[in-house]
Amino acid sequence: MSSIRRRALGVALGVVALAAVASAPVAAWEPTKPIQFIVPAGTGGGADQMARFIQGVVSKHKLTKEPIIVVNESGGAGAQGFLDVKGAKGDPNTIIITLSNLFTTPLATGAPFNWKDFTPVAMLALDEFVLWVNSSEPYKTPTEYINAVKAKPNTFKMGGTGSKQEDQIITAEIEQQTGAKFIYIPLKGGGDVAVQLVGNHINSSVNNPIEAVAQWRAGSLRPLCVFDSKRMDYPAKVTQTTSWHDIPTCKESGLDVEYLMLRGIFMPGGVSQDQVNFYIDLLKKVRETPEWKDFTEKAAFNQSFMTGPEFVKWLTDAETKHKSLMEKAGFLAKK
Amino acid sequence: MQDLAYLFHGFAVVLTPFNFGLMLLGIVLGVIIGVLPGLGAANGIAILLPLTFTMPPTSAIIMLSCIYWGALFGGAIASILFNIPGEPWSVATTFDGYPLAQQGRAGEALTTSFTSSFVGAFFAVVMITFLAPIIARFALRFGPAEYFSVYLLTFCSFVGMGKGSPAKILASMMIGFALSTVGIDIVTGQLRMTFGLVSLLKGFDFLIAVIGLFGIGEILLSMEEGLAFSGATARINPKVVLETWKKLPRYWLTFLRSTVIGIWMGVTPGGATPASFMSYGAAKKFSKDGDKFGTGVVEGLVAPETAAHAAGTSALLPMITLGIPGSPTAAVLLGGLLIWGLQPGPLLFQEKPDFVWGLIASMYLGNVVGLAVVLSLVPAFAAILRIPFAIIAPVIVVICAIGAYTVNNSMHDIWFMLGFGVVGYVFKKLNYPMAPLVLALVLGNAAESSFRQAMLSSQGSLGILFSNGLVGGITTLALVMLFWPLISKGLRGVLPSRAPKTPAEQPVD
Amino acid sequence: MEAVVAALVFAFGATFVYQSVKLGFRWGAEGPQSGFFPFYVALIICGSSLTVFVNALRGKAGRRDESFVERGQLWKVMQVLIPAAIFVLGVELIGIYVSSAIYIALFMRFLGKYSWVKSVLIAVIICVALFFMFEVWFQVPLYKGTWDLTSWTGY
Repeated sequence: MSSIRRRALGVALGVVALAAVASAPVAAWEPTKPIQFIVPAGTGGGADQMARFIQGVVSKHKLTKEPIIVVNESGGAGAQGFLDVKGAKGDPNTIIITLSNLFTTPLATGAPFNWKDFTPVAMLALDEFVLWVNSSEPYKTPTEYINAVKAKPNTFKMGGTGSKQEDQIITAEIEQQTGAKFIYIPLKGGGDVAVQLVGNHINSSVNNPIEAVAQWRAGSLRPLCVFDSKRMDYPAKVTQTTSWHDIPTCKESGLDVEYLMLRGIFMPGGVSQDQVNFYIDLLKKVRETPEWKDFTEKAAFNQSFMTGPEFVKWLTDAETKHKSLMEKAGFLAKK
Repeated sequence: MQDLAYLFHGFAVVLTPFNFGLMLLGIVLGVIIGVLPGLGAANGIAILLPLTFTMPPTSAIIMLSCIYWGALFGGAIASILFNIPGEPWSVATTFDGYPLAQQGRAGEALTTSFTSSFVGAFFAVVMITFLAPIIARFALRFGPAEYFSVYLLTFCSFVGMGKGSPAKILASMMIGFALSTVGIDIVTGQLRMTFGLVSLLKGFDFLIAVIGLFGIGEILLSMEEGLAFSGATARINPKVVLETWKKLPRYWLTFLRSTVIGIWMGVTPGGATPASFMSYGAAKKFSKDGDKFGTGVVEGLVAPETAAHAAGTSALLPMITLGIPGSPTAAVLLGGLLIWGLQPGPLLFQEKPDFVWGLIASMYLGNVVGLAVVLSLVPAFAAILRIPFAIIAPVIVVICAIGAYTVNNSMHDIWFMLGFGVVGYVFKKLNYPMAPLVLALVLGNAAESSFRQAMLSSQGSLGILFSNGLVGGITTLALVMLFWPLISKGLRGVLPSRAPKTPAEQPVD
Repeated sequence: MEAVVAALVFAFGATFVYQSVKLGFRWGAEGPQSGFFPFYVALIICGSSLTVFVNALRGKAGRRDESFVERGQLWKVMQVLIPAAIFVLGVELIGIYVSSAIYIALFMRFLGKYSWVKSVLIAVIICVALFFMFEVWFQVPLYKGTWDLTSWTGY
């Protein structure tokens, strides 16, 4: 009911505005219907949290006239959501948030879509990955741990989310770089993985910071290194003694593996630049809110923001990287 | 004792007019969400989450958790009245709830179910209040092998449920298993059993199967008998609540057993769904009316509802203390905590006692208020059955279609639902039991993947199922449950026979 | 009928056996492969449906006649099933709200023998209520069909 009132108000304002800018150049595009925000993952996961966070920030600060509606389409490792957006060609009222399954799902399952079927809007942030072990284990650096794994191949268990997705790709990359052999155990979700590690059912994980931070602060887990080219930007203390910034990169500690997960926004193919610009603008406004700063600090995101050709180049590189990694690890779908 | 002081402080937080108002609002919204199949508590909370941005976190969690309680209560309504379970854990509620409604005892069934829910939830909250830290540590001991043993226990306590031809029971259960394997195999990330069809990528959500098999199948069956629901003769008696309450205390043992099963499953976190099935199975095995289960026995309604709610409530415990969700709904609430700027996990109790104890206090009050709200509506709900069949039947079909669609936002699912409806009708006519199929579909995938995860960690050795006291104990219990009919026969054979035999044997001595 | 259903179940099992074999159904080095469970599950389906099939054909022939529906009952069931199928097709084409309204109205008119006015009125009220509940209050978009007849509402 409130949205009807809002709509009426919007119409009234629109009439006034139209009269005011009658002589101005063509007004910028704006959505005419509620915006469908597709999440190709289940409720409660990282992508879902971010989508709902954006929805909340937008409605709190009234950044759009039309409401945003979050829709989860998680079937087939996200393929369902991606295929739906692919089918919604030319629809400017639909956007989708991506995680690594933008690349991994089509490669691993052969589901018929590719990021080029969509219009890239913006990279919102990159999610970090950290190598974690149980704090009762003696290992203090990645090298110590990897050497222990090498000494006893196929006994150390690496837990991760799903199969042939980001966590297993990182594991495969570590194996390819160092020659160590893990047993990879695919589990349901990131929170599960962290708890299995606390319970010593697995030996290590590559959880995102947000998935493991609670256990770290409680002293049950120990971070060894972060899979990024530079340290994380957050110098505030998270535990008594350590901040995110204090965690070394894997590269500087002798494990040359880098992986970041895309949190980006896409539109269906066949939309106009005007329409893309509306969303770029919207996302920029979201990033300026104090809530966003708080949220990214809690989740220790890498705050890169990209749009346009720069973003497209990043995507092209990322796809090539995923393809070669997954090919080497034998994760590609059988044709 | 300090906890008690905190708890009373929590009550003070909840009882401010603003928070109390939110609580009522949450309960009512929750009941609506629970009644509509497919919308579900997790979705409902996710949808309302962004609205809570402008509130203080404590008020927000009070409202959202009350939606959860409301949805837990509401889920039973459609199960009992129309045989359409809106949530996974309401499936077992239909087994005896719907037959009761058909006999014109809908009011009694609803009262029983609401009261059982309340009892289960209440004891779970008491447990959370006093034992949270100890139990949280216990949850950590559950790895893949332990999970598998829990699923095994669920299946085993359920075996022997259906009556009739063993071949049909077996076929039905295995069809459920087979359907649960469609889609992505999470252990290898491969697609399987999709026959190259995009619409099969996401697999068969059990809700779609259940809405079709039970909801649509039931409409087709009732149609056979002409344009009427058997429950239409329900007498609406305002005193039904009190009359039912008089009968319930005699099931105290079922309440107790179900609460224990529920709390255990909620904490581990096996979740409310296995809890409801396991509890139903156990009640049937141990009840002297066991054979009548499935025909409308009050005890068969008490067991799953009590367990489901004890589990649903205690599932919030791992969320607060460990930062892992014990249920999909808890997963959404967990996301909410982060958005409100709170960090779930072991330190939350110390850092935000206001929030934690406000939440716990709202669990007590929310359940009390929720019970009062739904009980006062029992006559109204029961009256729904008096709406003429020619109106209610198409509306049920429409609501089933909406429910099937909202599970995955997929049009194909509505077709699948209709297909399942036909299968449900045919199977019912030919006496294929439905419960094993649904159970296998609900838990099949989880059981298979935890088994294979366990096999990965043990490198293919089955010994892992007996590798420590916990997993070994549960596995043994499962085997005992599986062979219970034999064992109890054996015991009966040994015990009474001893009395007459002893004198007869004496001469030999 | 018993035999026909058993045969269908058998066919269902057989396709699963075939698919599982393609996936690899053995107990691999690291535990069971993708097709392991489906394979044995499907084998049991085949076995048990075969038992039902054999039972249906011999011995219990007497039961065969009275076991399934009579012609009159079947007609009644079809009276519900066929409109329901058309309703779902309607959802696919013109969306859930319009299709539901038509379905409820026709059902009431022809199976319930209500007057046209009553039928249409109730159908429209129910659908409008659903529309508000889902689209407006809970903001859950439902399926609008290939030809969206409700686009004028703005949702």
